[in-house]
Amino acid sequence: MRTLVVGSQALLIELDSADEVAALHAELLRRRDAGALGPVRDLVPAARTVLLDGVRDPAALGARIARWEVPPLTSGEGPLVTVPVRYDGPDLAEVARLWGVGPGEVPGIVGATLFRVAFCGFAPGFGYLTGLPERLHVPRRDTPRTAVPAGSLALAGEYAGVYPRSSPGGWQLIGSTDAVLWDPAREPAALFAPGVRVRFTEAGRD
Amino acid sequence: MTELLVVRPGALTTVQDRGRPGHAHLGVPRSGALDTAAYALANRLLGNPPDAAVLETTLDGVSLRAAALTVVVVTGAPCPVRISGRPVAWGAPVGLPAGAELEVGRAESGLRSYVAVRGGIAVAPVLGSRSTDLLSGLGPPVLSAGMTLPVGPAGPDPVPGADAYGLPAAPPELLLPLRPGPRADWFTGASLAGLWRSVFRVSPSSNRIGLRTEGGPALVRARAGELPSEGMVLGAVQVPPDGLPVVFLADHPVTGGYPVVGVVGPGPALDAAAQARPGTPVRFVRAR
Repeated sequence: MRTLVVGSQALLIELDSADEVAALHAELLRRRDAGALGPVRDLVPAARTVLLDGVRDPAALGARIARWEVPPLTSGEGPLVTVPVRYDGPDLAEVARLWGVGPGEVPGIVGATLFRVAFCGFAPGFGYLTGLPERLHVPRRDTPRTAVPAGSLALAGEYAGVYPRSSPGGWQLIGSTDAVLWDPAREPAALFAPGVRVRFTEAGRD
Repeated sequence: MTELLVVRPGALTTVQDRGRPGHAHLGVPRSGALDTAAYALANRLLGNPPDAAVLETTLDGVSLRAAALTVVVVTGAPCPVRISGRPVAWGAPVGLPAGAELEVGRAESGLRSYVAVRGGIAVAPVLGSRSTDLLSGLGPPVLSAGMTLPVGPAGPDPVPGADAYGLPAAPPELLLPLRPGPRADWFTGASLAGLWRSVFRVSPSSNRIGLRTEGGPALVRARAGELPSEGMVLGAVQVPPDGLPVVFLADHPVTGGYPVVGVVGPGPALDAAAQARPGTPVRFVRAR
């Protein structure tokens, strides 16, 4: 763990792996909910870091956090969301080829994976989901699409994600869902908030 | 309560308030008025709550017509203000009669004027804010001709009397106090040392997302490779591969993958950045 002061009001904590980020993020949420963290306006996990923005004394907070014993995350931790998916994505065959399986096997592999929202970014409500083992990581498309439909389930690198709205994108599209990923009038606005666990089921096969 | 009709939207006029901080973890930018002091003053001059929504113009003002008598004020970038064709005060509350047109003219210096109305612009809030976020598209649309904007009920506070203060003069150069880190070590010592002696210019491609610089020496990377995306703060000075610093303003993305060489603290320096026209010289000085 490395702590880096960011300006006068923020602290960036750098870790070695996505698992360590998830564990520290969960610990930060626990302590914040227990009133034991002090004022923090934004708690922003990312690929290998957690940013604490809007804090009083970043250097002192960093020194405190560096002394924490952070327990590893257990697979049962965090709210669980189930998302029904139709496996009708235009890149389904390509992903199956990269995985060395038939397209019909993709739903089972994805369905057996417990994903976790590592962090959000790119667009409101766009979660970066970890959980796929390294052998199932696939590259981005050589040519990004100018418009990926809302609800597309997509893969790129170590991440899976669902586009909350139509936008350009270079991820491999394997399916689609009618689930509403982002609705600012809803509480919570984002279906995929950091720390949420996600299972994808095959629509119509419940 | 009344409403405002947009007669001339101007180059880029948006509804702004204090923004929606606290949602960065969901991928939601903070947004909000860029010149925070001018925004706060506009509401104070009208007796509005400090978080009332106002209009933020860009360089060439805006024209509006009120459906019923109301009180308005223009702060931020100084500019000619007219009601029904007659000059009225800039920076002081003025009555806007029903049907009369308020013309907020081109900025004489600076970039962004703030047009507040008593009661505030009352479009529906999104995640607690009425701000238009140009990066993610949250909040009301950019003003267009013919659009109407609801105005909220006037609060209990009276419109204060005269509030004397100097007309803000456009500074000849933009001085940005920079606190190095968190990724200053991604750049060579020589180019970091040079940063304090360099003069950049505000690039015309600057916007509400960031103040881009040009014309200065590029910062040189001390290491190869990519930085995994990490959380970004307001005022972060990100350095893309071309080596020219970008100062993140209110609509900045919540995460970014280019190293941040330092941070300009919120307050007067970022307010000045919001008013710096393209071509203005920019220097970074060590934050105390």
